[in-house]
Amino acid sequence: MPLLQVENLKMYYEVLRGEVKAVDGVSFSMEKGDSLGLAGESGCGKTSAALAILRLLPQNGKIIDGKIIFNGEDLIPKSDDEIRHKIRWKRISVIFQGAMNALHPTKKIGVQIVEALLLHEDINKKGANERAGKLLDLVGIGASKRDRYPHELSGGMKQRTVTAMALACNPDLIIADEPTTALDVIIEAQVLKVIKELQQKLSLSMILISHDLSMIAETCNRVAIMYAGKIVEYGDIVSVFKDSAHPYTQKLLAAFPSILGRKTELASIHGFPPDLLNPPSGCRFHPRCEFAMEICKKKEPEMLALGGKGHYAACHLLSR
Amino acid sequence: MENENIVIKARNLTKHFPIKMGFMRTLVSKETPVVHAVDDISFDIKREEFFGLVGESGCGKTTTGRLLLRLIEPTSGQIFFKGMDILTLPLEREMRRLRRKMQIVFQDPYESLNPRMSIFDIIAEPVRIQKVAETEEQVAEKVAKALEEMDLVPPEEFMYRFPHELSGGQRQRVAIARAFVLEPEFVVADEPVSMLDASIRSEVAKLMLSLVKKFHCSFLYITHDVALARYMCNRIAVMYLGKIAEAGTSDLVIQKPLHPYTEALIAAVPVPDPTARRTEVVIKGEVPSAINPPTGCRFNTRCPYAWDVCRKEEPPLIQIEKDRFVACHKYTKK
Repeated sequence: MPLLQVENLKMYYEVLRGEVKAVDGVSFSMEKGDSLGLAGESGCGKTSAALAILRLLPQNGKIIDGKIIFNGEDLIPKSDDEIRHKIRWKRISVIFQGAMNALHPTKKIGVQIVEALLLHEDINKKGANERAGKLLDLVGIGASKRDRYPHELSGGMKQRTVTAMALACNPDLIIADEPTTALDVIIEAQVLKVIKELQQKLSLSMILISHDLSMIAETCNRVAIMYAGKIVEYGDIVSVFKDSAHPYTQKLLAAFPSILGRKTELASIHGFPPDLLNPPSGCRFHPRCEFAMEICKKKEPEMLALGGKGHYAACHLLSR
Repeated sequence: MENENIVIKARNLTKHFPIKMGFMRTLVSKETPVVHAVDDISFDIKREEFFGLVGESGCGKTTTGRLLLRLIEPTSGQIFFKGMDILTLPLEREMRRLRRKMQIVFQDPYESLNPRMSIFDIIAEPVRIQKVAETEEQVAEKVAKALEEMDLVPPEEFMYRFPHELSGGQRQRVAIARAFVLEPEFVVADEPVSMLDASIRSEVAKLMLSLVKKFHCSFLYITHDVALARYMCNRIAVMYLGKIAEAGTSDLVIQKPLHPYTEALIAAVPVPDPTARRTEVVIKGEVPSAINPPTGCRFNTRCPYAWDVCRKEEPPLIQIEKDRFVACHKYTKK
């Protein structure tokens, strides 16, 4: 049984001029121990999809359709209270983008972790203190620094503190939204190393949301590429990166410079991502796609299975 | 010996920012503490060259860019623009005239463009200030030409819009057009594409590369993105805590780093290839404070190879081969 199975998820934002179709029919599934990269450019709906899973949507965000089956249970019919008390943080936790600014500035970091533990877990203060120390050790900060205030820590240490908080209730799944975006490369490498070690030690399952394909290549075993509210390609990391089937994936990958190997020409995609109030008809990538055919303007391509390893892509070129 | 091909020459450039102290503390302490933002760096930028300044935040790369344009005054050192010592020029008159030849493109196109000005006015402003056009028709002509050169065509469609009506990539093109409308010979580009999405980023990057040949100008390209710097730059200098650690042609520096810091920096850069096998060099700790930088080599506190001399003596930037410089005791004590 998959740990998380998302089926045809649709999440729209209601705005004055209509509906922004931020997530429009997204399906994927992940097993326990998987780390899934959700990649795409800004505004492609990757964060919205994560917020829908966590039920952390803003007021105008509505789940229109679909199923989010977590450990065999559909989360969508559940009430907000049930999600808050039983699922969020306890079973599915989250590390937000710029999470280092999410810490309370006038409380010691140890106290903040203890607070979260007391609120969600059936644990006494002594036990919570002990566990907070262990968590800080686990992320490489060290229990001795529990009495520090956030301003006494560097960006990388704050990010690790927030990671420790996400681990506090032993969740089954962690959603990390651009966890290292604000950090410098060396610090980013340090934080990613901690995350990778945790994945192995605790056999964590994780959804990593990022625009940075290089980072996903180094941390995930599966990847879903999103464009304009839809998943265009999905599969194990090596197949998607090495045998990319969708023109968008191919172009996006070629737009990332590498420090290895020979210098090759950098690709770029002309134009810019569409307005999700009025997404293009047919395949949403067709206005920017160099292989666009007549059918691409009219008919939406279906997800097709390619090869054996659960590699899928949605493009008319593949069905010919 | 003056080399005609050198556009910018920086010698022993230093910038220390004094730290503001409370009144009581000024009574007790003898000297004001300073942030050693840039400390005694020297380099040349050749004509039609894309020169990269790479490093982590706080290493002094942005300060260096601003010093070269004399947007801030250095504590000491010299800057030559085509052989002319620009620090001796009177700020108001001559320096202002010189700015026509030296321009800047900022990181964030959402903040560097005035939201209340039309694209036309944004690009026309430097033309009017520098009085390079005599009539309004000539101004309009220059603006249209600048927009065309940035692939914002047809120019009439963009001229009368406001920044909020443009996408991020288009805004950054406007910012570049504003710098290039004066046909500068030297441009500081401070993280010009780091705010843009990958598919747009490479387009703007390629545009900037094409401008080098078209305008015969030189770029100082400030970035933290080593992988992109390799594609953009002819030569790069790696900075650490206000000092140049290593400099040379970009392919050599990235594929065969000499300085232990460069080695660690390169190893930390993620690669868009899940099958790549890479050596792991993750250095511990974080960049020390620039208020009290470590004595000796500034990297000694994190360097895996550091020995006694590194803690006492500062390694000079020495030339190893043609166009290859490094500041590390591994190479001085042979």
